[in-house]
Amino acid sequence: MKKRVVLPPYIFWLVTFVLVPMSLVVYFAFTDKNGNFSLSNLNDVFLYSNVFLRSIWLGFIATSFCFLIGYPTAYIISRVNIKCRKFLIAMIMLPMWTNFLLKTYAWMTILEERGFVSCFFQFLGIGKFSLINTSSAVVFGMVYNFITYMILPIYSVLIRNDRHLVEAAQDLGANQLKIFLKVTFPLSLPGVIAGIAMVFVPSVSTFVLSKMLGGGKDLLIGDIIDMQFLGSVYNPCLGSAISLVLMILVFICSGIMNQFVKREERTVIAL
Amino acid sequence: MIKRGDFILKKNMVALRNITAIFGDHKVIDNLNLDIKDSEFVTLLGPSGCGKTTILRMIGGFLKPNVGDIFIEGKNVTNVPAHKRNVNTIFQSYALFPHLNVYENVAFGMRIQKKSEIQISSQVEKMLKMVSLENFSKRSVTSLSGGQQQRVAIARALVVNPRVLLLDEPFGALDLKLRKDMQSELKAIQQKTGITFVFVTHDQEEALSMSDVVIVMNEGKIQQIGTPTNIYNEPRNAFVADFIGESNILDGVMLEDYIVEFANKKFKCLDFGFKKNEKVDVVIRPEDVKIRKSGLGQLKGCVASVTFKGVHYEIIVDVSGFKWMIQSTMFQKVGSEIGIFLNADDIHIMRKFEHSGEYGDYSAFSDEMYEVYENVTK
Repeated sequence: MKKRVVLPPYIFWLVTFVLVPMSLVVYFAFTDKNGNFSLSNLNDVFLYSNVFLRSIWLGFIATSFCFLIGYPTAYIISRVNIKCRKFLIAMIMLPMWTNFLLKTYAWMTILEERGFVSCFFQFLGIGKFSLINTSSAVVFGMVYNFITYMILPIYSVLIRNDRHLVEAAQDLGANQLKIFLKVTFPLSLPGVIAGIAMVFVPSVSTFVLSKMLGGGKDLLIGDIIDMQFLGSVYNPCLGSAISLVLMILVFICSGIMNQFVKREERTVIAL
Repeated sequence: MIKRGDFILKKNMVALRNITAIFGDHKVIDNLNLDIKDSEFVTLLGPSGCGKTTILRMIGGFLKPNVGDIFIEGKNVTNVPAHKRNVNTIFQSYALFPHLNVYENVAFGMRIQKKSEIQISSQVEKMLKMVSLENFSKRSVTSLSGGQQQRVAIARALVVNPRVLLLDEPFGALDLKLRKDMQSELKAIQQKTGITFVFVTHDQEEALSMSDVVIVMNEGKIQQIGTPTNIYNEPRNAFVADFIGESNILDGVMLEDYIVEFANKKFKCLDFGFKKNEKVDVVIRPEDVKIRKSGLGQLKGCVASVTFKGVHYEIIVDVSGFKWMIQSTMFQKVGSEIGIFLNADDIHIMRKFEHSGEYGDYSAFSDEMYEVYENVTK
């Protein structure tokens, strides 16, 4: 077994940015407004179970779209020549350097009733088209904002793909499709799992998108948490409790996903 | 041992016709013709960059020649992709599938062929037994040692009953002891299965000990084809002599039949049929050189260095500037004067060829020439 060496800077980092905030979340989750131990917050979380379900559902759809679009994209990028590859990666990274809110505002104007997309559709004679203030717009926003986190881990696994394994499969009689299904895809699973986790988690807990693109009709769990801390209801204890439950749910999800990957190849931590 | 006469009767398994391969502006294979007979163990031997792996990849279908045709069992397969050729490869890196266990690795080819589960399990188990890995079927391939991974690769390639098995320096990553074991194991497997093996190596000892036929290559051209004994005892030119075993190669002049002059002395030899005063390469194996007391040999020299090699001493002797390599069981003191004696049958005369003069002094090929060739191929 490897000997575990924990370095002091790492301990400092761990304590300041992980352990202390987490303990505070747990502490607030189990106390009432007067600072006494209480389970009522956790009880109240269940009032929002439909919000939880909606968030997870939308997160699931967004993650699925990210995978369906992201995997082929990553695959193509890993196949093209190095010059082209660098350009494509830059194109994918570029939106990441732009402010999240700015991008979302931009999409608001593009998607609204008199926006670019609608005008374009009208021009084509398809008729008015308004995506804004729907759940679809929220999912669209999630996919747009988080797809990079799907493409990059898959790309980084595919690019490391051993050329010899492809040749070995070919040598044993596999055609291009079989090579992909039996070798390339299974070997890229760690990247897929990492990508799913990196898209699913922020999608489930996002809080601005639903307000801006969804019109605030269908609130997501992130919005509820946001309201507990910054909104008029102000109840950090309940907010902490919801956060805690969300965290546990995410842990469970990534734990399930990790079952598909060999222990030594796991890229996502899970309990 | 197979004699030349024997394998004329066997049919051609693989035939290469007028093959030329060009990478960039470098001609890796230059108009090469080659026949590989059925159920033979054939070794392509040569320094790195001589084109041996290129030939293997072309037979496997991973590379197309720029010019020429490849035939397998009489059929032209030049444009047939790798997955449709009844030829399997054992890669230098083994290329085992890390996401599959030992059993599934071996079963891969049969699953592609959509064989029934019963057929697969009986064949896979038979193969695993042959490479003595029957108790490893559920193990992950990444947990195996180099030798075990090698065996899985062999089983995986043989389970689909290829007509030809291509092996690309398969023992490169193994240590010496394991390498020797695997060599005899592989040879035994080849004899048992009767499959044609085309083996690529730069290790001349490996080539000599395993093969029925050795093909010595250099710079994309075949230098000599023959049985191991044939290649060792009758190298056709100075390159082969130098690459196979160690050799002292001197410039000589054939004065007349059976008389050669080198090192400013006349020697009797067994060679004839050269032009009068033709310049030749004189090749003398280090183990054939006899050491005498100073003054008693035909040549006189000074011992420059002595290295103990286990079975023998490797003695470098300076004879008026030219360094001879001598292998002897008798120790000699560095700095002492000794005599060198040669019998007529120790002296091999070879016609000069384009690379004469590139090697000479006791050159173990690997030391000097690798750099030269690596520079060429880069």
